[in-house]
Amino acid sequence: MQAEQTEWGEKSKSGTMYLQFYINENGDKVYTTKKESPLGLATESAHPARFSPDDNRARNTCVIITAASLGLSPSNSYKFSFQLCNDCKVFQVITFVCLQAFQRVVIGWDKDVESSQVTAVSCLSTMATRNLGGFLVLILAFTICGAATVFQPISDSHRSTALELFVPAGGSFGSLEETYEAVRSFEILGIDKKPDISSTACPSVLETLGSSSSTPKDLLYALRVNSILKCNVNEELLKGIVPRLKAAVNDASSLLEFYYSIGSLVLIKDQSSDADVLLVDADGIFHSIKALSQSDGRWRYGSNNPESSTFAAGLAFEALAGVISLASSEVDQSMIGTLKNDILKLFDSIEKYDDGAFYFDEKAVDARVHHGPLSTTSSVVRGFTAFAAVTSENLKLPGDKILGLAKFFLGIGIPGDTNDFFNQIDSLACLENNRVSVPLIVSLPITVLSLTKKDQLKVRVNTVLGSDAPPLTVKLVRASISGSRDISIESQDLKFDKESGSHVLDVLPKTLDVGKYVFVFEVVLHDSEHEEVFATGGQTQVPIFITGVIKIDSAEIAVLDSDLGSIETQKKLDLAGENVVSLSANHLQKLRLSFQLTTPLGQVFKPHQAFLKLRHETKVEHIFVVGNSGKFEIVLDFLGLVEKLFYLSGSYDIQLTVGDAVMENSFLEAIGHIELDLPEAPEKAPHPPLQPVDPYSKYGPKAEITHIFRSPEKLPPKELSLVFLGLTLVPFIGFLVGLLRLGVNLKNFPSSAVPATFAILFHLGIAAVLFLYLLFWLKLDLFTTLKALGFLGVFLLAVGHRILSHLASTSAKLKSA
Amino acid sequence: MGRSSSTSKDALALFRSLGSAYSATPTTLKIIDLYVVYAVFTALIQVVHVAVVGSFPFNSFLSGVLSSIGTAVLAVCLRIQVNKENKEFKDLPSERAFADFVLCNLVLHLVIMNFLG
Repeated sequence: MQAEQTEWGEKSKSGTMYLQFYINENGDKVYTTKKESPLGLATESAHPARFSPDDNRARNTCVIITAASLGLSPSNSYKFSFQLCNDCKVFQVITFVCLQAFQRVVIGWDKDVESSQVTAVSCLSTMATRNLGGFLVLILAFTICGAATVFQPISDSHRSTALELFVPAGGSFGSLEETYEAVRSFEILGIDKKPDISSTACPSVLETLGSSSSTPKDLLYALRVNSILKCNVNEELLKGIVPRLKAAVNDASSLLEFYYSIGSLVLIKDQSSDADVLLVDADGIFHSIKALSQSDGRWRYGSNNPESSTFAAGLAFEALAGVISLASSEVDQSMIGTLKNDILKLFDSIEKYDDGAFYFDEKAVDARVHHGPLSTTSSVVRGFTAFAAVTSENLKLPGDKILGLAKFFLGIGIPGDTNDFFNQIDSLACLENNRVSVPLIVSLPITVLSLTKKDQLKVRVNTVLGSDAPPLTVKLVRASISGSRDISIESQDLKFDKESGSHVLDVLPKTLDVGKYVFVFEVVLHDSEHEEVFATGGQTQVPIFITGVIKIDSAEIAVLDSDLGSIETQKKLDLAGENVVSLSANHLQKLRLSFQLTTPLGQVFKPHQAFLKLRHETKVEHIFVVGNSGKFEIVLDFLGLVEKLFYLSGSYDIQLTVGDAVMENSFLEAIGHIELDLPEAPEKAPHPPLQPVDPYSKYGPKAEITHIFRSPEKLPPKELSLVFLGLTLVPFIGFLVGLLRLGVNLKNFPSSAVPATFAILFHLGIAAVLFLYLLFWLKLDLFTTLKALGFLGVFLLAVGHRILSHLASTSAKLKSA
Repeated sequence: MGRSSSTSKDALALFRSLGSAYSATPTTLKIIDLYVVYAVFTALIQVVHVAVVGSFPFNSFLSGVLSSIGTAVLAVCLRIQVNKENKEFKDLPSERAFADFVLCNLVLHLVIMNFLG
């Protein structure tokens, strides 16, 4: 039971969380810090699941929402956090986190839609308000995919994804490595309608094999592609490469060199009939590869590279298996024994997820090439299956670990990356036929059974690639309601249905009511010899939802007089059909709504959500929880609620929501209206919260802004201004006339040339400055003016100085003379 | 009657003597006097205009009036400096005074133009 409980609270590193809760007999949530409830069951953590960035267990917490209804393909990687429903102010349901293809995908992508959509619909009408004393965080259909996850073997969706993923760009896949990945995936999945790659790939293969500058790595991939596509490669060509490869094997010092050359030789042995590929010094080569191993079962890449890697161990196993198969004489058995021990030691370092998946991961992060869990595990799987294929004695590895590896690969779902896809499919193909133990996967096509539709429980047992299992029986060991210890079904055998290839429980026992169950299955093989060959994995736990139609009856709504409790108006409701009830009440009265819910088997049903919503005409909403005490009843005492309702009188819409994951007929019903007459709000009453404005209105046209300008001053009429302008000029004319009367003359103007020019220039300079001032008034700015003035001023000063000093000297001469 | 007529006769005599004394002044000084009278008249007309119409662009009014008054003041300074009977400025050549007059006028009018708006 402990395993089922979420371990968030206890093991989260970010701070211990102690608050737990349990459901007591009345169906209420009781908070405690104890680990066991008085009923003897384990308590659950009261803290809702949270996502933390370094969470390596996030994959286990799946929240099934309307993700399926969004039409999302699980093969893409997302991280979602979305706010469900516009008027859910508090809801922020953090859905599954699929960080990479390594993480597990939500279970029941296509099949659990019914339960999830039902609950989502009932959620859409609800919201949490301050009325409920805090947050009501409802996590919809919170399924903890803890120890109970259903793995599905490879199916047609894999095949269609393969065709979508491996799309040759311009006829070819690029490098031989990518071509190999594509053709191998197609081969394993048995896809016939694959794009015709032979025409472009084969020439590339032939070219690589023929070229003398190809590295062993290129040769390896070329030979791999050739083995699948069967290009017509000349025998001579293959024989010609052999000496090069043998030389490479003898000269090799790093693990990768060994791997590529030995791998190529093994493939040549398969593809060519008489090439001499046998290794003479197999013991020596074995020894030199073995020398790179570490004590914990991992391998180094080279003798001068101190870091060890699990990925390299996988490569080493494959290489050593190749050496054994190519040896001209028997390889020393003791060395094979030590290799087996190395494999066992490596398996000791295997890591596991809670749902039973085992995987290998690299400890040291190599900056150059990082192999995630998927590629590391697939390398190890290839390695040990290759080794098991060539040794005569059996490699004894625990069957549950092999099954765990299969579960790891299957749990990825459908990867979106070609490399990951290839690794997954290739590893599963290796596991399908390996000589250690073949894993058998128990899967359920549907985990939501409907009582109304009389669904049958179907279980399939297949190998990882989806092929048939040997004869076996599936036993339903027990089925119990999750969270309780009562066993509903015990020890049933499922019948095998040949047409559908699945094991069926014909009829669900009549005593099975709606609810969330945990079914425990066990696989029993008919042939006892198969026990050695196949890994069945003991007991598998599967969460099953059993849904049904819940009957609602004796629903009635009444308005009661507060003190006496006498009924003023009472109306019966038919909650299955349409209702439009019209009531009126004032603040001294109460509203009572009551109904009963019964399961198909006649038991009292407690739904997840039962809310009553009152919505005022101004769109202010209030939500109340309908309490459960045998029968569902809620009494709204308006006297106490006056302040909560913000003293808003008027017509309120009444809406009732009842919903649960296992209730097929969850509903959100508008019951009718109630006219409430509340007293006036006092001065200090709280105002109702502002209703959200239509979000699109902020993009619409805005109110027009009228600008208010300063009203212009009253200017005098133009004619008057002109008259005064004329008047101003009159004194000037008077001045000129006066000058003439005085007998002004220009006698003193210098006559000789040089001073004359200076004099003229002087006057011109003054005129220029005055003209500059005029321009300044009309259009120039101060800086330009000052600049020009600077130049003119200097000029004027120079000229003026000359002429005036000349005049002064002349008059001085006259005086002295 | 006799006193008023004598007073008026005295006023007339006073004016006549002023006028005859004035005609003795050198022509240059007379030119400057005329210029001063012209400037002051211009200022007066502007003040009358503001009195009639109102002082809306007050800066323009100020700059106009101050331009006239300013140049009148500078002309008076010039007259003082150029007048040969003035003992203080005996050694100052009149051209220098004239140059000062021109320069100060130009600076004044630059400021006026800026303020005119």
